[in-house]
Amino acid sequence: MGRYVIRRLLQMIPVFIGSTFLIFFMVYALGDPVAALFGQRAPDPAVAAQIRKDLYLDHPLGAQYVHYMSQVFAGNFGTAFNGQAVTALMGSAFPVTMRLTLVAIVVEAVIGIALGVASGLRRGRAVDTGVLLLTLVVVSIPTFVSGYVLQYLFGVKWGLVNPSVSFAAPINQLILPGVVLALVSLAYVTRLTRTSIAENTRADYVRTAIAKGLPRGRVIRRHLLRNSLIPVVTFIGTDIGALMGGAIVTERIFNIHGVGYQLYQGILRQNSPTVVGFVTILVIVFLVANLLVDLLYAVLDPRIRYA
Amino acid sequence: MTSSPTALLDVRDLHVAFRTREGVAKAVNGVSYSVNAGETLAVLGESGSGKSVTAQAITGILDTPPGFISKGEILFKGTDLLRMSGGERRKVRGAQMAMIFQDALSALNPVLNVGDQLGEMFVVHRGMSHKDARAKAVELMDRVRIPAARERVGQYPHQFSGGMRQRIMIAMAIALEPELIIADEPTTALDVTVQAQVMELLAELRRELGMGLILITHDLGVVADVADKIAVMYAGRIVETAPVHEIYRSPAHPYTKGLLESIPRLDQKGRQLYAIKGLPPSLLRIPPGCAFHPRCPLARQVCRTDEPPLYEVGPGRRSACHFWKECLVERTDSSGA
Repeated sequence: MGRYVIRRLLQMIPVFIGSTFLIFFMVYALGDPVAALFGQRAPDPAVAAQIRKDLYLDHPLGAQYVHYMSQVFAGNFGTAFNGQAVTALMGSAFPVTMRLTLVAIVVEAVIGIALGVASGLRRGRAVDTGVLLLTLVVVSIPTFVSGYVLQYLFGVKWGLVNPSVSFAAPINQLILPGVVLALVSLAYVTRLTRTSIAENTRADYVRTAIAKGLPRGRVIRRHLLRNSLIPVVTFIGTDIGALMGGAIVTERIFNIHGVGYQLYQGILRQNSPTVVGFVTILVIVFLVANLLVDLLYAVLDPRIRYA
Repeated sequence: MTSSPTALLDVRDLHVAFRTREGVAKAVNGVSYSVNAGETLAVLGESGSGKSVTAQAITGILDTPPGFISKGEILFKGTDLLRMSGGERRKVRGAQMAMIFQDALSALNPVLNVGDQLGEMFVVHRGMSHKDARAKAVELMDRVRIPAARERVGQYPHQFSGGMRQRIMIAMAIALEPELIIADEPTTALDVTVQAQVMELLAELRRELGMGLILITHDLGVVADVADKIAVMYAGRIVETAPVHEIYRSPAHPYTKGLLESIPRLDQKGRQLYAIKGLPPSLLRIPPGCAFHPRCPLARQVCRTDEPPLYEVGPGRRSACHFWKECLVERTDSSGA
């Protein structure tokens, strides 16, 4: 297991370099950050040259990348064009996104698995058909529709929650946005659980468990559920990585200043240090999340042993 | 079949069917058999003959729906299991009546270690603590002669060989010393050499614990050494029942005879192997009269119209063939030649 982890960590290095170089290339070589800085006006050539020199932009792209990465590993992600350190932006954005992700994951795991088990055990009956139909509807509605509708209903019409999240974004204000964010994944978790449960109820070991005279609850929890949740856990794990990337649409609807919001602003204003910095962190988050999922897989299924 | 009042298990006129897209498949059509305490009954038949479905109905693990029991009684120690509540039935399962399945690899839970799966019997039925149950599991593994039981109790099914896995299945079945064990093709998935060992172990434990055993199989070789009596099934009906040695000497049903003749024999090397012509009928469309008539060498007009009852052939012997006398005679002739 230890060797497997080390090998996986080593494999991350080329992936990390490749993906960060790509984003670096796209932002710095395909756009002109200095021109972006000046917006509509034409920059004074002398000033522009000075800025290029300050920002290490007068070097070849490869050298720029190496310079940037060495800075990153020293903890310096550069400065956004408004003068704020990128690390400061990250410090305010990531905790917010983490809280939002937490809410969304809890919602999709708890409700999704519960609905999936309920319908999987009663496949072909009214509950099952109802849940399937519901998930189909949920999957078909884009987030910007469900987000605005729920915001209007809960936030404006019934006044149950604050329609806009404050800057500090405490967890109680993030419940509605979390639900909105979770909706589509929730539908997938439900369907995945349902299929997995329905498939495993016919498995031989479930029949054995029943033949052993175990109570129905124990058969379901101990024998059926554990086997059925393996693919579901994998899905939820990868979803954590995806949700950490920030939910641009949800964050915009509820005015949440998280990762998605910052990235969106960065892209809109061609704020290169912000974009590259955030993406670099996200690449790492994604890689680590994937590794954790693989390790969790081995814990859940003893047949998988990584050597 | 004789059903004495003391019978441990007495199945009477059991009918089981499955609702399918194409219609109702009649898997079991009026099966009756009984097993006394300490007795071994072998139920013989091809795939689809209804032998496993009967067992599932007895244990109460039939998939319902699509399966359903339309008629019959299953008396276990005098009480009809089919009239019991789900909870009462569950307490019988595992504790008084246990089942051994064919393929231990799929029948054991892949994500729980064998100690947990064995110990669970004691935790659920006897209310034992986890620790005591673990000790019991090791004891059981010793009993079915799994080497290094103490070290292996925490291992998972996939870490055992096929023979060892089947031993674990057996250990699970005998855990609470049930009065009846139903073994559904317990050796089919194993190598021939391992088959013999596992059968031997099963027979030995049965003797020691004085359990009744229903051995479901399609392997005539397995049956001869361990069974007391045999019930041969075809298309959901019993076609012949007899004490084990008599059936080998003189089968009273053409189907049994065909089965016996299709066993490969070393002393008949070079001769073409006998096979019963045709295929078993679809359970959706069982032929009228005797279900075996389309494949039977003795079939006559009456076989196409009249379903044969179980004729009394001798003491403890019955045959569902209109021409059982001819069948008996013929076999004696050919073996004498």
